[in-house]
Amino acid sequence: MKISMSVNGKPVSAEVETRTLLVTYIRDNLRLTGTHVGCDTGQCGACTIHMNGQAVKSCNILALQAEGADILTIEGLAKADGTLHPMQEAFREHHGLQCGFCTPGMVMSAVDLVNKHPNPSEETIRAELDGNLCRCTGYHNIVKAVKAASAKM
Amino acid sequence: MGDMNTIGVSVKRKEDYRFLTGAGNYTDDVTLPHQSYACFVRSPHAHAKIKGIKKDKALRAPGVLAIYTGEDWAAAKVGGLPCGWLITDVHGQPMKEPLHPCLAQGKANHVGDQIAVVIAETYNQARDAAELVEVDYAVLPAVVDVASALKQGAPQIHEAAPGNTCYVWALGDKGATDKAFASAAHVTKLEFINNRLVPNAIEPRAVNASYARHDESYTLYVANQNPHVERLLMTAFVLGLPEQKVRVIAPDVGGGFGSKIYLYAEDVVLTWASKRVNRPIKWTAERSESFVSDAHGRDHATTAELALDKDGKFLALRVHTKAAMGAYLSTFGSCVPTILYATLLAGQYTTPAIYAEVTAVFTNTVPVDAYRGAGRPEATYVVERLVETAAREMKIDPAEIRRRNFIKTFPYQTPVALQYDIGDYEATLAEAMKLADVAGFPARRAEAAKRGKKRGLGYSCYIEACGIAPSAVAGALGARAGLFEAGEIRVHPTGKVTVFTGSHSHGQGHETTFAQVVASRLGIPVDDVDVVHGDTGRVLFGMGTYGSRSLAVGGTAIVKALDKVVNKGKKIAAHLLEASDTDIEFKDGQFKVAGTDKAVPFGSVALTAYVPHNYPHDKLEPGLNEQAFYDPSNFTFPAGSHICEVEIDPDTGITRIVNFTAVDDFGNIVNPMIVEGQVHGGLTQGIGQALTEACVYDKESGQLLTGSYLDYCMPRADDVPSYKVGTKVTACTHNPLGVKGCGEAGAIGAPPALINAITDALGIREIEMPATPERVWRAANKKA
Ligand code: FES
Ligand code: FES
Repeated sequence: MKISMSVNGKPVSAEVETRTLLVTYIRDNLRLTGTHVGCDTGQCGACTIHMNGQAVKSCNILALQAEGADILTIEGLAKADGTLHPMQEAFREHHGLQCGFCTPGMVMSAVDLVNKHPNPSEETIRAELDGNLCRCTGYHNIVKAVKAASAKM
Repeated sequence: MGDMNTIGVSVKRKEDYRFLTGAGNYTDDVTLPHQSYACFVRSPHAHAKIKGIKKDKALRAPGVLAIYTGEDWAAAKVGGLPCGWLITDVHGQPMKEPLHPCLAQGKANHVGDQIAVVIAETYNQARDAAELVEVDYAVLPAVVDVASALKQGAPQIHEAAPGNTCYVWALGDKGATDKAFASAAHVTKLEFINNRLVPNAIEPRAVNASYARHDESYTLYVANQNPHVERLLMTAFVLGLPEQKVRVIAPDVGGGFGSKIYLYAEDVVLTWASKRVNRPIKWTAERSESFVSDAHGRDHATTAELALDKDGKFLALRVHTKAAMGAYLSTFGSCVPTILYATLLAGQYTTPAIYAEVTAVFTNTVPVDAYRGAGRPEATYVVERLVETAAREMKIDPAEIRRRNFIKTFPYQTPVALQYDIGDYEATLAEAMKLADVAGFPARRAEAAKRGKKRGLGYSCYIEACGIAPSAVAGALGARAGLFEAGEIRVHPTGKVTVFTGSHSHGQGHETTFAQVVASRLGIPVDDVDVVHGDTGRVLFGMGTYGSRSLAVGGTAIVKALDKVVNKGKKIAAHLLEASDTDIEFKDGQFKVAGTDKAVPFGSVALTAYVPHNYPHDKLEPGLNEQAFYDPSNFTFPAGSHICEVEIDPDTGITRIVNFTAVDDFGNIVNPMIVEGQVHGGLTQGIGQALTEACVYDKESGQLLTGSYLDYCMPRADDVPSYKVGTKVTACTHNPLGVKGCGEAGAIGAPPALINAITDALGIREIEMPATPERVWRAANKKA
């Protein structure tokens, strides 16, 4: 089937098998490999992207379902000149990442979290991030980073 | 130039920009020209005879390039997967090493065992075809826990290992220990299950193997913690390939925690098959595959006793452990419950007599190997649960009983083989108690009680042996590999530096920490130093990263290479400055004639080395590129005190960690931010073990009941608190950086601290890990 959407501000279209997941389309067809796959049950959040301004797990959506959508992946978050988004900057500043594998999904979730809850408490941050697994950081510095970014976004 | 010294500074990580912008390059991100894909057919049974495999239907499926089974493997006369550590049993006999086939040889021994591999044009085609491979199984009775596996009449997994026993091994003086018990004023005895865990790095294992006909070489991208070891084991022990024809690249790796140390069947099968199909082949584990194919951790059943005199002085410790190996011996499975476990049973204490006996047992489960801490968490759990319980039984304050028994003079020879070089356990504990406000605990407990909640406080004073180790000692203990590290400093003509290290970073931030070490020594900016790791084609050699060894061993190799760079630089500078090289000193990036203001900067010396117009050619070669190997003279011994405070709701059984304090002595610290991050991560895995994580097999069928993130409870952001961490420093005495290692401390210290807190809150003696709400609720509501 043919699909068309906008990814990181650019129109894209392709012929895909109907069973193609959105994450597979993003990674394999578009070669945007910043979006990761960490599980097969929709539990880890490594695949989180924004679809029409909302954080979604791209492993839980067929590429077909994103027809006409506006998709933002981690590759599209920083400014074109390479300046990091305040959330990315805060993760760097507060060591909110180690191996980096959960990071793209974590950052995309965190941006959505702050969009929905400006100035969130630690409790809100922890509750809202519970769809994203990180095995490295113990979340401590991720929470710190999100809090710091919320003041700048 | 003095500000180029960044040792002890929280320099922001050099690797972060690529990870934060989606530019990381993990194995699954690598797609090669003419890429093909593999899917493994895995056993759905825990124990079954394979009566036949029909692959014709699958072979006709669209896109299929090849299908290989155990028969093809046997016909090619390639070996099984080796175990890297030989344990000699109590009778002086070698451990039993049954064949660990890459593709099953007539029998499946655990759910997930590899039966066949299907290679196709796309992953979906490989997967679809794998469904069409017909395997005819005759199901056999299975055994999944160590106690049942050792029973008379239990199903036998390997002919080569009667009674499912791999070895019975012992350490320590049995006679002295038994004698001390006979005269003890008090004995505390506990039985533990150290729960089986699944490491669960968020990046699943992945492999991309290819073969180049023009020079008959192989390239293997693999999510791995030690690419040179992977190559050595695969070429020399399994495939018999020329080592120099195989390049192993472990690019960005998304966490390891031990599980990516090992040589896995998938790595070998794809490498082997890549020549046969003459295409690059990629395989990435689905998470449900990771659960049944990544080596698991822990899984001990232990009976342990502590003998004390009337004042609470420890007299002796006696430990009997049954340790699961799983269905096969994984690469280092045999050394985890022995060399990395029993040797740590002295803990931080002067216990004069210790005896440990370990029975290693085959079960119809995924192989067990090192997982963050590896043996040391199990040892610490034994010691710290016993100590806390003994204190309560003898009505001695748990901090006080520890103080009475702490080792206070160093070096200290333990009765279980290790010699601790340095530490200050009293100071570490005191600092932790201050940070945790132990003094205010009784008031907090009383306040919680008013709200109907139960508060408890638990300690854990752990020790670990890191930076493994002297190769000679390891070799005498059965290691089949060396345990040194290699490093290379390449100074470029412009004075910029590339560091090649045999250590591997999969989250630890070596690209920053190692650059800090090098930049500080050379007096140049951190940004002028790049660190290369994880590629046998670029790095001279390496033993890789595990056991918190990177900075202590890999960092020291780099320092040794740096010394050579500086020494050669002095000779070049001496020539330029027309002085004697013994008069040259190197400081803050300047080669100086001592006592004068005649100096030449590092950059000029580098340029001269490569543009040697004015150069002492009679004495020196051009160039500035030095290598070093470093084999440590001892382990390092990080130690710390962790204090956990919990509040339990007896109505729901929910345990809230209200305060977790960790004060650790890691020796000198290069980057405090990175070290703290390591502690946070380790603590969370330790809390996971104690509170949420359990790998459960069905006793009858041998099915893995916790085979996804729906059933295996990984700690999430709202399960854990923010931590209070601090450090105490006694510098390691036997490496030039004075560092000890910090990667595993949290996972080692946390479980007993947490369980000690829960048992304190509920006034009970024991609770099994993980202390789930159900278990806690049952304990809280048990009728007396
Ligand atoms: S990959 Fe999408 S939730 Fe895990
Ligand atoms: S940084 Fe490794 S999983 Fe989060």
